[in-house]
Amino acid sequence: MSSPHLSPGYDCPVPWPPPEQIFLGHGEGGRLSRELLHRVVLTELAGAGPDPQRLADSAIVSVPGDAIAMTTDTFVVTPRFFPGGNIGSLAIYGTCNDLAVSGAIPVAMSLGLVIEEGFPLPELRLILAEIRQAAERCGVRIVTGDTKVVPRGMADGLFINTSGLGRVRPGLDLGPHRVQVGDAIIVSGPIAEHGLAVLAARERLFEGRGLQSDAAPVQELVALLLDHGVEVRFLRDPTRGGVAAVLHELVAQQPWGVEIDGPAVPVSETVRAGCELLGIEPLFVACEGRIVVVVPESEAEVVVQRLQSHSGGRGARVIARVTDSHPGRVQIRTAYGSIRPLVEPAGALLPRIC
Amino acid sequence: MKYVDEFRLPAAVRAQARRLATTVRQPWTIMEVCGGQTHAFLKYGLEELLPAAVRLVHGPGCPVCVTSVSMLDHAIAIASQPGVTLITFADMLRVPGSTTDLIRTRAAGGDVRVVYSPLDAVTFAAAHPDREVVFFAVGFETTAPATALAVLRAERLGLGNFSMLVAHVLVSPAMEAILAAPGNRVQGFLAAGHVCTVTGYAHYWALAERFRVPIVVTGFEPTDLMDGITTLLELLETGTAVVVNRYSRAVTHHEAGPAFTPVTAVYDVVDTEWRGLGVIARSGLRLNARYQPYDAKKRFPRRHELPKLQVVSSPAECQAGLVLQGRLTPDCCPSYGSRCTPTQPLGAPMVSTEGACSAYWNAGRLPRPHAFHPEKEH
Repeated sequence: MSSPHLSPGYDCPVPWPPPEQIFLGHGEGGRLSRELLHRVVLTELAGAGPDPQRLADSAIVSVPGDAIAMTTDTFVVTPRFFPGGNIGSLAIYGTCNDLAVSGAIPVAMSLGLVIEEGFPLPELRLILAEIRQAAERCGVRIVTGDTKVVPRGMADGLFINTSGLGRVRPGLDLGPHRVQVGDAIIVSGPIAEHGLAVLAARERLFEGRGLQSDAAPVQELVALLLDHGVEVRFLRDPTRGGVAAVLHELVAQQPWGVEIDGPAVPVSETVRAGCELLGIEPLFVACEGRIVVVVPESEAEVVVQRLQSHSGGRGARVIARVTDSHPGRVQIRTAYGSIRPLVEPAGALLPRIC
Repeated sequence: MKYVDEFRLPAAVRAQARRLATTVRQPWTIMEVCGGQTHAFLKYGLEELLPAAVRLVHGPGCPVCVTSVSMLDHAIAIASQPGVTLITFADMLRVPGSTTDLIRTRAAGGDVRVVYSPLDAVTFAAAHPDREVVFFAVGFETTAPATALAVLRAERLGLGNFSMLVAHVLVSPAMEAILAAPGNRVQGFLAAGHVCTVTGYAHYWALAERFRVPIVVTGFEPTDLMDGITTLLELLETGTAVVVNRYSRAVTHHEAGPAFTPVTAVYDVVDTEWRGLGVIARSGLRLNARYQPYDAKKRFPRRHELPKLQVVSSPAECQAGLVLQGRLTPDCCPSYGSRCTPTQPLGAPMVSTEGACSAYWNAGRLPRPHAFHPEKEH
């Protein structure tokens, strides 16, 4: 029987050479932590990460202009890889999109990793590479971060937190207070694709049906509107709770409501079939690459055309209008001309999707 | 979407509504048995298209809603034990038992999981030989074939750690109980098409003849529902108490089809308690003598420390029993929309996606606590 080879000088008994795996020791702040940071995290992030020569307890960021936007989000999606995306790219797009729909241009981000003991290093490298590519695509730099390792069983593989800083476009005023009766509500593409793709990947449903998450940055779509003189009154990305949650948030405590044109809501054939089979309302299912925009009716056509000119907005459509007929409520007009209220999504039993 | 869109064509539905308007000459009360049909009526706003003389009442066809409180308490007790994984359908998690529900049981450390297919529970049991895996089998004849297959597969795999808590119920005994109840108002039924794909519809003839009610086997899409109602009203107007199949694209067997074979192989028919309806003779399923080793009731007998289970009734404020019998529409229940909402349900029909109360809520129906109360008519 051979005894395990121990590396001299280590307090923490780690087999040598270390297997491609995360150990508790990687989170203890010693040499292993440093190696994880330099050989794995910073190496993979490369140009999208902080300068390894200038690491400090805080990053110093200069943000031009007088208003900055700040947001944070934590990503626990399972499975970590799904058709059309993964936890890494989602962690960047999710936070950048929250900045974008606040009218801000992403400038800098933080990256926090909570890694379960035993997590394979090759997968961590893969996810970091996805993070790098996503950050490059969003034009944002990861300036600071943190890595924690928790004992096996205390986390489901990998959780990621990202925070983002953005420069707010000067003079911008978005929100329900600007919305007026008669305004048009536009969605930038087919809905429910992210939520259903993750559910399908997790439960291994609809395999080979081409179901794909729509996860993507929306900042170019937003720029097409905000930087080209379109009067935008309200802007959101319909993530958890889907378009329904955004519309309910919009009408809450307002003297007006929203009427959705049911047949106008863009849903792909595959997503519609999947939602039919599972008994899920597509309006409740998350998107990760769409925006919901409220504009004056007179601007609606121009906005739809402008969104459609971008590859991420091909499926843009007017789906609803602001009405004073039922204040504070969201209603949907069916294909049969009948009207029914759309209830607020109430925490469905979907798997973790972001 | 093929096989869906053609059954939702607005022009076809409007034409059916016009025909229906000329069919009806007097008031009728009809019941759609299945919760899926209740939801479809409300989702597509079809009730608005029916003549005012037609009163739709909603039946007990929501398996989650009719599962007895004592059965739920037993499931919760099983799920609370260490080393046990209880697996069921998502709808069951929020149904209140007498003291708690499965979601809270899970939060308190119980291992409760959700599957879409009972066979996934068998797969889980095979992969986790160290755990006792219990599948909480609820549903009508539509789900019973799948749970029967799960037992058969567990037997083939020789799994010693898989068992089932069986709470299956049967549709036609419940229809019979409703018709036989004093003061019944239901004059005709839309029978649940998907159940008939499994069971056929020959057995409905006995009900139709004994109680002089027409029964129309009906599908779930807007044109199916409008067509089923039109046929049913034509039968009522002409006094014809027969069984008609208007869902022939799916219901192809007059007698029980091959899907029912595993059900008869695995289960016996027994008297069963329904939530809100009480005990109905020969209305449920139990694992037969051969499959007793897979019966979770035997493997996890109730012990003294469990909540009192002898006589458990639904909360007093909850009128789910009347709703499930078609005697009360949810919006007329005094608790609807005030003390009872999907986030704080008093009864199972407000919980399940197939429950009539949740269907009303999701369709945005406002409470009418002082409105028409069918019980007072008699």
